[in-house]
Amino acid sequence: MSTLTLDAEALYTELRQGVQALWRPGMALMGIWSGGAWLAERLAADLPQLGRPGVISSTLHRDDFGSRGMAGATDATKIPYAVDGTHILLLDDVLYTGRTTRAVLNELFDFGRPASVTLAVLVDRGGRELPIQPAFAAAKVSLPAAQKLALARGEDGRFTFSIQG
Amino acid sequence: MLHKRNPQLNAHGELIHLLSIEGLPRDVVTHILDTAGTFLSVNDREVKKVPLLRGKSVFNLFFENSTRTRTTFEIAAKRLSADVINLDIAKSSASKGESLLDTIANLSAMHADMFVVRHSESGAPYLIAQHCAPHVHVVNAGDGRHAHPTQGLLDMYTIRHFKKDFTQLSVAIVGDIVHSRVARSDIHALTTLGVPDIRAVGPKTLVPGDLKGMGVRVCHDMAEGIRGADVVIMLRLQNERMSGAMLPSAGEFFKNYGLTDDKLALAKPDAIVMHPGPINRGVEIDSAVADGAHSVILPQVTFGIAVRMAVMSIIAGNEA
Repeated sequence: MSTLTLDAEALYTELRQGVQALWRPGMALMGIWSGGAWLAERLAADLPQLGRPGVISSTLHRDDFGSRGMAGATDATKIPYAVDGTHILLLDDVLYTGRTTRAVLNELFDFGRPASVTLAVLVDRGGRELPIQPAFAAAKVSLPAAQKLALARGEDGRFTFSIQG
Repeated sequence: MLHKRNPQLNAHGELIHLLSIEGLPRDVVTHILDTAGTFLSVNDREVKKVPLLRGKSVFNLFFENSTRTRTTFEIAAKRLSADVINLDIAKSSASKGESLLDTIANLSAMHADMFVVRHSESGAPYLIAQHCAPHVHVVNAGDGRHAHPTQGLLDMYTIRHFKKDFTQLSVAIVGDIVHSRVARSDIHALTTLGVPDIRAVGPKTLVPGDLKGMGVRVCHDMAEGIRGADVVIMLRLQNERMSGAMLPSAGEFFKNYGLTDDKLALAKPDAIVMHPGPINRGVEIDSAVADGAHSVILPQVTFGIAVRMAVMSIIAGNEA
């Protein structure tokens, strides 16, 4: 059992402030399925000026397809705006190895050539295996590799973190 | 006694080959249909390709000719970034006397990762699946009169797309059922997905007697067969499979079982009309119906590519 506790709601408030600081006119929100998509959805509800968020899935570009197969998320990417020439603010709940971010970037480029991509996350847990860094992280934590940190969303829309392993 | 495992599934119940819909659990079928939905949207992208089968070689082995099915498998594999090798086996090795398993052993030595097989003999894809290396996957693209599982799955995708729920449907399958591997695969899939009313409609000579055991109502009267149906699946009259005098004439068949607007009026007002293609206008289906508002024949073709992408990507991601 881990003694680490993360107040997801408090971190969300920090993320919202971080996103407001990063926001530039003409930007578009994009949440990585599933946790990042929840964050994008809530941000868009709290800050209507951010516009309609897109959802992006890493499924079709994952580098562990050979061992994991197609099991799990089959939710398709849904982008309600043109990617070409747009500044994208990409959101995820937990940034770890960077492999999901890499897969998502490939997925994004299948829809066009964005003007830029900026990454903001709720938690950066270190352990990067690729040269990917967030422009904003509401918290930085260190966890053993065996532990899995995941965002959960309650029926009332409130966020919590679960740590397993 | 040991229970013999379904050769299409690994020890975890995951799909490693697609040989027949018979015996596939409902959740496996549903997973394929859900995954196909994901791939359908790939067609709307700037880049209509995903890298799931990058570096893999898919061999299309067509021991029996079929340009259309082979092409849809080729497109599906290419959209998944696989290297595709088309072998017109009917004109090469087999005609030189090489056995099926020797052909497979040779192609395996060329580092094949997947075989898409069409064969006039029922069961040929099973034989290949049993004898190929553990990392090699096999898709049945039609074997004899036995099965055409990807057609069955794309038909299910089409029905789900237009009708949403399977559990209230009446589905009529009309025409040359005895020669049709499509009909068999459709019946297994419809049963697996919980369709309560499946009818096989056609003359006595073209509807096999064993269908009642599969939970299918046999109708030799067209009006009775399509009355109140939500889905009408027309089958091609397979002239090339016809031996002996099973039918008086194609004209006689059209008169009794050809789908016209008049006959279609007996089905539900929002009924859809499907056909695996190629269609014989004026033989099993009237042009006015094939091109009419109820026809979903062309969407079937589009869905077929997404369904084949789903099948290939699912089996390639599972280990034997």
